[in-house]
Amino acid sequence: MQQQDNDEPLVTIRDLTFRRDGRVIFDGVDLDIRRGRVTAIMGPSGTGKTTLLRLVGGQLRPERGSIRFEGEEITRAGRGRLYELRKRMGMLFQNGALLTDMNVYDNVAFPLREHTDLPEAMIRDLVLMKLEAVGLRGARRLMPSQLSGGMARRVALARAIALDPDMILYDEPFTGQDPISMGVLVRLIRTLNESLGLTSVLVSHDIAEAASISDYIYLLAGGRVVAQGTADELYESDSQWAQQFLKGLPDGPVPFHYPAPDYAGDLLAGGEGREAAA
Amino acid sequence: MLDLLQNLGRRGLGVFERLGRASLLLVQILSGLHTLLPRPRLVIQQVFSVGVLSLVIIVVSGTFVGMVLGLQGYNTLVDFGAEESLGVVVALSLVRELGPVVTALLFAGRAGSALTAEIGLMKATEQLSALEMMAVDPVRRVLAPRFIAGFISMPLLAAIFSAVGVLGGYFVGVGLLGVDEGAYWSQMQDKVDLYDDVYNGVIKSLAFGWVATWIAVFEGHDAVPTSEGVSRATTRTVVYTSLAVLGLDFVLTALMFGD
Repeated sequence: MQQQDNDEPLVTIRDLTFRRDGRVIFDGVDLDIRRGRVTAIMGPSGTGKTTLLRLVGGQLRPERGSIRFEGEEITRAGRGRLYELRKRMGMLFQNGALLTDMNVYDNVAFPLREHTDLPEAMIRDLVLMKLEAVGLRGARRLMPSQLSGGMARRVALARAIALDPDMILYDEPFTGQDPISMGVLVRLIRTLNESLGLTSVLVSHDIAEAASISDYIYLLAGGRVVAQGTADELYESDSQWAQQFLKGLPDGPVPFHYPAPDYAGDLLAGGEGREAAA
Repeated sequence: MLDLLQNLGRRGLGVFERLGRASLLLVQILSGLHTLLPRPRLVIQQVFSVGVLSLVIIVVSGTFVGMVLGLQGYNTLVDFGAEESLGVVVALSLVRELGPVVTALLFAGRAGSALTAEIGLMKATEQLSALEMMAVDPVRRVLAPRFIAGFISMPLLAAIFSAVGVLGGYFVGVGLLGVDEGAYWSQMQDKVDLYDDVYNGVIKSLAFGWVATWIAVFEGHDAVPTSEGVSRATTRTVVYTSLAVLGLDFVLTALMFGD
């Protein structure tokens, strides 16, 4: 069952409820992010996985519930405190979100220049170390527009670890990657987690990749945690959600059809086509 | 009928809501300005991109506007035998009105639209979010330097516009149409007042600079983060800035020269 770990989790989320445009995104979610582990949060598109990362980063405020980072309540933290806490979190955005008006080197140096008074020589050493860790030391003079998608994400990863955070949040790191850069990213996430003593949270729907490097997996659907456990436990589980998601079945608890009125009645009603044509 | 009223009400509320958001953003920008003091480079970079890069269009337009003023002014004045006053006509038109107003309109098209598109795309590509997650306030780091740069650049651009306009008028009036050179300059010197004309013109262009960059920065920050949203925001910047500048110009002119 659950991995033995006596330490307090780094992040604890309890009874998280969040609504956007009247639609319930989360409805009482409980989950723990354990220190030093890679925790994957998976689920079908549109279940608010990215929203969850934004809530943990304090960019959004929940309607109800608590999110604690090292015991400190994020949902009630003031702006100044939130900015202090964020220095201890790195976030890797889906497309890297590099600043397009500066080159790779300056992008990685950016958080160091903003938050520290280190001399430029030391910043240079740190930047080169971070870039070496992601294998892109030689690309430091390139502009973001000259990078491939996978390279941009690796640069963003170097930037995310620039301030030596405690935790990194990965937002769909594998989407749209070719098999090689996917493999590179998978390996990087795992090795950085080990070598830097990080805690990683991985939001993804690439099952095989995420499962291969995660210590623990939460499966979200319909605003709730529908299954959790290690990868093996989930594959073995008799949860219909887990089975549908892990095996990629088109129909199941997540229906194939978007909610719609009765099919036959809808066909006979007509209307929209004529409106559009008019 | 009821639908119409409802729509009207919703739109009205929408306008006020946006106005409120824009004001809040302005307060945020202004309250963050002190963080720029130790880092003048951030502002200088932006002065370059909104100011220096707008120079070509300002200089070319200023020259032509001045030349047209010289030609039209001469044709009217010569009927009264008053062509010696051409310098005054050209200079007053430029310093009081055309300099600040046309510069602001050109600024909206050249720099305002670029600011909106840049900020809107930074939002669409999650760069602003990324800054927030790096504990860097995008309002202070991205918006404030651009706002200040526009505010500084506008009066400078308007001054350059007026100056090259006066030269354009000189070229047509004195060079081509034969107005006396001494009269052109001396009447201008005599009749253009530093306080009434020049300072009021500068105040106008400061006000336009404020409004134009405020609109541009707000529209970018408030843009729907999609390509369509950014394109709409860019259009809105140019339209709203033009309307605001022309309306504000009337109000300021009435206040300055009304009595």
